Amino acid sequence: MPANRFNGFKDYGIGIGLRISHYAHILDKKPVVDWFEIISENYMIDGGRPLATLDRILERYRVVQHGVSMYFGSAEPLNREHLRRLKALVKRTKTPWLTDHLCWGSVDGTYSHDLLPMPYTFEAAKITARKVREARDYLEVPIAVENVSSYAEFHISEMTEWEFLNEVVERADCGILLDVNNIYVSSRNHNFDPFEYLKSVPAGRVAQIHIAGHSKFTKYILDTHDHPVIDPVWKLYEHAIRLVGPMATLLEWDDRVPSFDEVHAEALKAEKYIHAPVAAAV
Amino acid sequence: MTLLQLQRRMAHAIMQPLTSSDRIALEADAGFIKPNDRLASVERLEIYSRSYWFRVLDSLYDDFPGLRAVLGRRAFHRLSRAYLADCPSRSFTLRNLGSRLEEWLQRNPQYSGNRHRLSLDMVRLEWAHIEAFDNAAEKVLGPEDLLELGPGFRAGLQPYVRLITLQYPVDDLRIHVNRASDDREAASNAVLKQKHRNLTSRVSRVKPERIFLAVHRLNFTVYYRRIDAEEYRLLSAFRDGQPIGRAIRDAFENSPASTDEERSLLEKWFAAWAELGWLCPLAKSRKRG
Repeated sequence: MPANRFNGFKDYGIGIGLRISHYAHILDKKPVVDWFEIISENYMIDGGRPLATLDRILERYRVVQHGVSMYFGSAEPLNREHLRRLKALVKRTKTPWLTDHLCWGSVDGTYSHDLLPMPYTFEAAKITARKVREARDYLEVPIAVENVSSYAEFHISEMTEWEFLNEVVERADCGILLDVNNIYVSSRNHNFDPFEYLKSVPAGRVAQIHIAGHSKFTKYILDTHDHPVIDPVWKLYEHAIRLVGPMATLLEWDDRVPSFDEVHAEALKAEKYIHAPVAAAV
Repeated sequence: MTLLQLQRRMAHAIMQPLTSSDRIALEADAGFIKPNDRLASVERLEIYSRSYWFRVLDSLYDDFPGLRAVLGRRAFHRLSRAYLADCPSRSFTLRNLGSRLEEWLQRNPQYSGNRHRLSLDMVRLEWAHIEAFDNAAEKVLGPEDLLELGPGFRAGLQPYVRLITLQYPVDDLRIHVNRASDDREAASNAVLKQKHRNLTSRVSRVKPERIFLAVHRLNFTVYYRRIDAEEYRLLSAFRDGQPIGRAIRDAFENSPASTDEERSLLEKWFAAWAELGWLCPLAKSRKRG
């Protein structure tokens, strides 16, 4: 199950996000890392140090692209310039699959640079799925969409978040980047059972898993990627692995980033769970 | 309500400027958001509004340290809020957030007070710096490209070489800002205060000076290279696709240099450009034009 058509039939293990503060350590010490996830937008440029560094990383490591501004859920059409640059990067990295978020973030050509929550409506699912298909056809690489953390729900929603996720991926026939930390954060912000969410995820469509830390405030939880993974999220991860098998797993750490060794050690905690036996299908 | 209608409403609401205490306006339109047992609709909207504003303000803060030094922290913050309210991002990347700042500041001189010209120069330099950092590097012009060398020959300028004119020596000032920033991590508070005073004093003492500048990249590091007016004109002509004969003639028009001096200058410049790799074959699309 882990290697499937949504992740290019690759059996990747535990990876970490490639961050600028770790460049020197990685290039100098050449640590053993199964794979790196890059933020596509950081390298969708024409030249200079970022691309040169990426090329050096690509000589030695496997890289998967993760985007933050495709905005499949925006009502407006895909940005052609964005797609053109993304395709050039896909050719450079030879990413076996590509991920971005199930969210919106732009309207009428104005960008929020945020992962804004979707209204869970059939109209939104149709538009989103159509854009995922268009992007995949143009980029010629499997696409998986990531469930986001959210802090707001809409009156116009017609279904739950997990029903919406299913609606989109079935219509688009695409993969899922299952972020178990995001499920946990949203479950606390919106009072739902995260295990019920997991139970409804179509296991065969999961291409990759994200784990991360977050910040707890008095009235809500914020997905900050600036802490270690907490135990309840590891429990969700363990449960997810039992559902989908030993899936490519990536630790996100984006703010107050500690040393490379600390981040890598945190990611490798996933080894404790990643080979858990898969639950029998019900 | 359609998806587009909801997205327009929400984007409009979160991009409304925050109050002076960084809160969302109480009258913000949040009626489309469900409240929960802990947060009202407007409080849930506020999480997104604050996140939006902090993100774009941080981006501008990081991209324009020189402008911050010229204006001071508070005035820079006021300018940033006003600019972003007028010119929200129109690009998928935050890299381009400051692309319209110079043009906006020209229309809104009230945000730079009595340092308007100095501020404009710094913005121009800092935007050129961003472009020089990650613009494309084309194949360098080589002997094989010079087979048809004559007055009609056209060369191109590397996209990462940005040519700007300045009325103040903000290149020196920006280098000083960089050094002060590099020292910040290691220095004590007392040393930092002294450095801040030095920087403030340097800004207030800066005198007008006409400068022609090439902002370029070498070994992935951005450099500022002052150039002569004639060299600036010649490089600009190459960038614009002018034939080499006409470019040289125009560059030295009204120049006091003698013919021998012109020849000597051209030899010196071409040698430097060859070493730096600044010239490249003209893009095919421009050749056709």
